[in-house]
Amino acid sequence: MLNNINQAIEFIEEQKAKRQKKLSNLSIYICVGTGCTAKGAMKIYEQFKKILQRENLIGSVKLSKIDEDENPLRKTGCCGRCSNGPLVNILPYGYFYSHVTVDDVEKIIEKTVKHGEPVEELLLVDPATNRRVKSLEDTTLYRNQNFYIMEDIGKCECDSIEDYMARGGYSSLLKVLSQMNPDEVVETVKAAGLRGRGGGGFPTGLKWEAAKKSKAERKFVVCNGDEGDPGAFMNRTLLERDPHLVLEGMIIAGYTIGAQKAYAYIRAEYPIAIHMFQKAIDDAKRFGLLGQNILGTGFSFDVEIKEGAGAFVCGEETALLSSIEGKRGMPRPRPPFPAQSGLWGYPTLINNVETYANVPRIIRDGVEKYRKLGVANSPGTKMFSVTGPLKVTGIIEVQFGTSLRKIIYDICGGLVNGEDFKAVQIGGPSGACLSKEFLDMPLDYDTLKSADAMVGSGGIVVITQRTCMVEVARFFLDFTKRESCGKCIPCREGTMQAYTILEKFTQGKATKQDLDNLEFLSKLIKTTSLCGLGKTAPNPIISTLKLFRDEYISHLNGICPSGTCTAFKKYVINEQICKGCGLCARSCPQNAITGERGKPYEIDQNKCAKCGLCVDKCRFKAIEIA
Amino acid sequence: MERNFQKVEEILQKHGYKKENLIRILLDVQRQYRHLPEDIVNYIGVALQIPPAKIFGVGTFYAQFSLKPKGEYTILLCDGTACHMEGSTALLKAIEEELNIKPGEVTKDLMFSVDQVGCLGACALAPAMVINEEVYGNLTPEKVKQIIRRLKEEGEKDAQ
Repeated sequence: MLNNINQAIEFIEEQKAKRQKKLSNLSIYICVGTGCTAKGAMKIYEQFKKILQRENLIGSVKLSKIDEDENPLRKTGCCGRCSNGPLVNILPYGYFYSHVTVDDVEKIIEKTVKHGEPVEELLLVDPATNRRVKSLEDTTLYRNQNFYIMEDIGKCECDSIEDYMARGGYSSLLKVLSQMNPDEVVETVKAAGLRGRGGGGFPTGLKWEAAKKSKAERKFVVCNGDEGDPGAFMNRTLLERDPHLVLEGMIIAGYTIGAQKAYAYIRAEYPIAIHMFQKAIDDAKRFGLLGQNILGTGFSFDVEIKEGAGAFVCGEETALLSSIEGKRGMPRPRPPFPAQSGLWGYPTLINNVETYANVPRIIRDGVEKYRKLGVANSPGTKMFSVTGPLKVTGIIEVQFGTSLRKIIYDICGGLVNGEDFKAVQIGGPSGACLSKEFLDMPLDYDTLKSADAMVGSGGIVVITQRTCMVEVARFFLDFTKRESCGKCIPCREGTMQAYTILEKFTQGKATKQDLDNLEFLSKLIKTTSLCGLGKTAPNPIISTLKLFRDEYISHLNGICPSGTCTAFKKYVINEQICKGCGLCARSCPQNAITGERGKPYEIDQNKCAKCGLCVDKCRFKAIEIA
Repeated sequence: MERNFQKVEEILQKHGYKKENLIRILLDVQRQYRHLPEDIVNYIGVALQIPPAKIFGVGTFYAQFSLKPKGEYTILLCDGTACHMEGSTALLKAIEEELNIKPGEVTKDLMFSVDQVGCLGACALAPAMVINEEVYGNLTPEKVKQIIRRLKEEGEKDAQ
């Protein structure tokens, strides 16, 4: 328990010195993020523990490298390299091992722990050069990123408040509590030009100012961790790897606007993130950084987690507030804005997970240094989750203004062999598809907006020539139509109708009139919907209509250029190859295949349901798709 | 059927009988009973003084809740952007073949239920699914079948 500011500063200095020493000694960091855990990271952790104990390497003096009573085994949060998991980082050498299995542990202990030598075959492969590199810092993908929110990647302990403090954590809070008044904090956030990382990019400083100015006996701070965008998992990563960073930002926000209580709204689909954040709250309370009379300053603040129950619309701020109150998550018209009237009618400040994580950094580094990253209108960095058929997928962090080309080719190593780039989908269901002409466009809030796209929460999905763009639009509309809360008509009925039209396209039943209707409807939904969900729902249609109109036209003419839409497929048996075994005919659920044994069989196109079962069954690859 | 309300009483107590905690209470009820039984909802309505209709309103709004029982193993198959493009549809077909149920349904013995969900945040492991909070990634139809078969065997062993 820390009782005052000076005591806290002293404690942090102590921890810093300890960490310095720790890092020069042997430390085994095992990534326990969702990705690595799914691939068996905990089993690897247990195996390390077992063998270290067996070899008497825990708390032993046998090896001078390991301190007495010092456990070298540590858990680190998501490193963002989920596709290479499970990951193990060994300091002081910096050997960064990927795809580690339980059987590899013995080898790692023998070679690296005992003798300081690398296990060559486990070292990370640099996607740009295809060579194995010694440490994460040596890779092209590392050098091309700007780790700022994700500082100390691979060597921070996600479940330790002491480690966070040793990395300078909570120093910003101490500075705010002891040297700054709320107005100064607002001015600093405004001057830094921080913009909301949740999607819209609204200036955070203005939100804070409005919430601070509102007069009420109670005020609330809310952290929006309802990351519902399919294809996005930055918030999950951040909450799993550095929960205290987000918490510190929330406490600073509470002090600034004069709130007493905060809610962190995290999706129930993220059990590890919830667990980590709860532990962070408990630890902060234990140290007196949360609770009554924080560090003797008279400021009291409490944080509670609210689990989201699975509704995409709850990412919208007014819907999220209803959900915290225990109701259906339906949005309401604004104004009044939550900063004036939010939770139970009290002024409420609501920001995204990543936005809060930026605040301690701004306080620590000052406005000038912060603005060195990014571009004038969008300062700082942004985490993106990059997925698709790329050599490297996972979480990356780059400064605003970085081009898509740099992200896809320099950081993620380009597409896997045999795939051709067609487009990127950025910003999830509210975002847009961008074609290859946009690869060199700098990514920032305003430039993306001018291209009818948005940063969104930061999901980037790479789409290849194998994927049909009409089908992509259909997929997103299927999502938004399901997730529409049903309150306003343009969104509820409009997304349904737009989906129906898109389905007609993919089934080959659309007409020219449908194309016009679709265009009209998209504009209508965009301009008349109540909340952000409806206003952005047509974006996937609008952007694909603009950049990939030829694919829509092709569908009208009975061709799906990428060959994805099954309705346009025609299965035929190649007479030259068919041996007449009859296996396909016996497995066809529609009885569409007929023929005589020993002679080539035939598919009745009227009966064929295009299930593709016969293609899998044929041993001679005689069934072709025309 | 006679039902014991002790469990729901414990859940209500844990959340301090507060209206604002309704979603948390329902999440716990869902975990305990694997669905929201009507009599339990009525019980909560009386305890919190909320009309049961409102509770059903909340129950039908969020994807985590279900009015029909879920299986002992609840399979959540991700159909987010990344998983969809990496072939989650083929995985669904594999599950349907193996268990003979469609999304939203449960097997007759209440062992397995399957649901398609938006995004599980495991995109780097696409295509992915979650069974009882355990994430399985980089799946193929064959792997899915193997996992289900293994769980079937485990379930049978537990039953004995």
